[in-house]
Amino acid sequence: MKTAVILRVAGLFKNFGGVQAISDFHFDLAEGELLGLIGPNGSGKTTAVNLITGFVKPSTGAVFFKGLDITGLAAHRIVRLGISRTFQMVKPFYQLPAYKNMIIPLYSPRVKKLVGGKYGDRDAVALDLLEEVGFERDARVAYKVAGALPQGYLKRLELAKAIALQPDLLILDELFSGLSLAEVAGILPIIEKLRRDGKTIIMIEHRLKELFRIADRVIVMNFGQKIADGKAADVMESAAVKSAYLGTE
Amino acid sequence: MLLGTIVYAFVNSIILALMAIGFNLTFGISGVANFAYGALYIFSAYATWMGLNLVGMPYPVAAAVSILLTMLAGALMYRFILLRVRGQALSEVIATFGIGLAILEIFRYLGFVGFEYNLPVFVDDSVVLAGVFIDVQRLLIVIIGSVVILGLWWFTHHTRLGLAFRGIAQDERTALTLGIDSDRIALLSVSLGAGLAALAATVIIPLGSIAPGDGYEVLIKALAVCIIGGLGSTGGTIVASFVIGFAERFTDTYISSHWTMIVSLAAILVVLTLKPSGLFGKQKELEERI
Amino acid sequence: MQKRRERVDRGINVRSGDVFALCSWREMLYLAGPRVLPVIAILLLPLALGIYWQKVLLSVAVFALLAISWDLLAQTGMISLGQALFFGMGAYVTGILNHYWGLPPLLTIPVAAILGGLICTALLLPVLRLRGIYFSMVTLILPLMLVRLIEATRIFGGTEGLTGMTPLPSRWLEIYVIVGAMLAALFGFRRLLGTDYGLVLKGIRDNDRSVINAGINIYWYKTQALLIASTVGAFAGAFMTHVYMFVGMPVFALDYSILPIAAAVVGGPGSLAGATLGAFLLVPLSEVLRGVGGLRIVFYGVFLVVFIVALPEGIFHFVQRKYNQFERWVEVDS
Repeated sequence: MKTAVILRVAGLFKNFGGVQAISDFHFDLAEGELLGLIGPNGSGKTTAVNLITGFVKPSTGAVFFKGLDITGLAAHRIVRLGISRTFQMVKPFYQLPAYKNMIIPLYSPRVKKLVGGKYGDRDAVALDLLEEVGFERDARVAYKVAGALPQGYLKRLELAKAIALQPDLLILDELFSGLSLAEVAGILPIIEKLRRDGKTIIMIEHRLKELFRIADRVIVMNFGQKIADGKAADVMESAAVKSAYLGTE
Repeated sequence: MLLGTIVYAFVNSIILALMAIGFNLTFGISGVANFAYGALYIFSAYATWMGLNLVGMPYPVAAAVSILLTMLAGALMYRFILLRVRGQALSEVIATFGIGLAILEIFRYLGFVGFEYNLPVFVDDSVVLAGVFIDVQRLLIVIIGSVVILGLWWFTHHTRLGLAFRGIAQDERTALTLGIDSDRIALLSVSLGAGLAALAATVIIPLGSIAPGDGYEVLIKALAVCIIGGLGSTGGTIVASFVIGFAERFTDTYISSHWTMIVSLAAILVVLTLKPSGLFGKQKELEERI
Repeated sequence: MQKRRERVDRGINVRSGDVFALCSWREMLYLAGPRVLPVIAILLLPLALGIYWQKVLLSVAVFALLAISWDLLAQTGMISLGQALFFGMGAYVTGILNHYWGLPPLLTIPVAAILGGLICTALLLPVLRLRGIYFSMVTLILPLMLVRLIEATRIFGGTEGLTGMTPLPSRWLEIYVIVGAMLAALFGFRRLLGTDYGLVLKGIRDNDRSVINAGINIYWYKTQALLIASTVGAFAGAFMTHVYMFVGMPVFALDYSILPIAAAVVGGPGSLAGATLGAFLLVPLSEVLRGVGGLRIVFYGVFLVVFIVALPEGIFHFVQRKYNQFERWVEVDS
């Protein structure tokens, strides 16, 4: 069965004043796929995501989402169209309680219907969403000030903020970084549930073992270019990938 | 008249560039917007005056001492005030603005206003250049200005310290990992910026007299040039200086002197609307966010 | 034995944090006191003061309005170094409407407030997409440029300004309208900043990337905040034109830009009550110092620096903290 292509990236190039950050990056993403985006540090993964989500304008190339040309659109427009992402460095509003951190995504025009217009009860929706990502309701973790929460919870908060926007495509930038094995084990089921709900997901990760458990497909980047694209096992066998990660002998 | 206007426009452009280059260095390189810049400019002028008239130093000595004093003032300002509010743009702006205000108004209050407060020209003579009378002081400004600007370009592109400056400007965290002490660099950049302001004052003030109110003018002109040229770009500063310098001079000659400032304002608004990061601005505003 | 300072909420603070506060007069007074008493005091003040000090109170209210609008912008991440722009714009529009078309104050003031706000916002629109520092620079430059413009083109009365404006009907109306406006702005904006909308505005300052990432167009929200703030500032300017019955280049003076910032910084940046408190402290102080002339501005400058570096929370937060919490030394657990 052929599933629809939800994201098409074509011939993406980005030059930062002399530094060629991305060269000829291209791929098609099918609806419901979970794509892993991996590569050594500095290979351009986050830049590629920034190009797709509109935080950085490409030098040349095009990005199509659900058939629409979103190349060069402003970031907030792209979010409204249905792409949502997390950031590598989580920066919540530290003085606010966790659930208050959810208010801003819930204020988004995209969510108006869910919340019930401008005057809906965002607090209640925030608490529900946080519970879904593992903020124990009876322990009232959601009421704690963000600055007092450990990294595992902050990452879940970041995830909740992205989910709150009800995206069709969810991009997670190094969600697992800085987490203990237990914390990662706690988050994996949430991602698996998102998959079952039919969401398309792209995950940038360095924790390959955990990623390969859930990824359908993996793209490897190095020096801003795609060097491999396929199933996890196949990709890790390729010589190009091995030399990228381990260096040539 | 056309030739004369062009010549004076050229001089004007160099003057603007000299005024702006210190501010651009400090902001572009360490991200510190020094709103006390105009005050430091005037401060150094008064310091030279005092050295000359109260202490009786020879002119070059007074000027040199004044430049050093201004650099010291800049360093002290950074060490005791800016260091504590580093990173919070709001506080930096307010703190430097407050200092600049206090300095300028103290001079005004103490009565340092009047024609007797001026600095003598270096050489009291004029030459004829291509049929245009031009005083030697202006010639010297052009020469010294060009030397300073080129020197600064060479410094930031070819010396260890200068490259460190640019490193901090591009990516502070990476620079830190390379062992570049960003606080020390910031201190140096504020101090150097102040020194450049003092240098500019030394050569430019002799054209008129010292007035505290000019401190605000200098700050505004420096801001205007840097905004149009693109904060952080030395090349942009130079180009913008010429754009504004010529626009001002031609407006002054062919329309009226009242309109010169308005031309600058219009130029700023136009540039900001069409090319927000300035003519040569390297920092695209969204990319900085990541 | 090592000791550290610990801050603990006062008993009465905790007790009044719940709906049961309604059971006790003492607790209700604790809560209501700081809010209601100053308001009552301010409303009664004009009756107790002589004419001279009433004018000072008028000035306080005007600067409080400018400080409040400054703080609103600051909380959205825009540092304005030119409140005088809003003030002067409102002043001139009123002056023009009244002088050339003879419209009454009842009409000119509201119209000038809105029109002034729109014009200022339009002028600053190009800068909103840029880094905050550009905004500060342009707000600094604009009033000074406008002064040159008026001087050069001699429009709207040029250097002499426009005189002979319609005065306001009565002294009492004057003082109570402006004080009322100040209180309305204070409590109204506090309410606004406490809502989810306010959270978005504050979010733009703290982490605008995060707000963009929520699909919110931050430039539209910044524009809204700017519009609100500039309208308030323009109102103050429009009002004063009818009080002084004159408008001229001095309305764009540096004083109107600096004193509001000093008031907000001294009183407590990030809190509108702090900005108001700052105005109440600094304006009378500056009146008293009127004899010293230019030294006044030196004081503002010094205050700005000292407070921003040494007491960044401002007086209001300091007092608030003392009211709600007490400090004690506790032993450090080894």
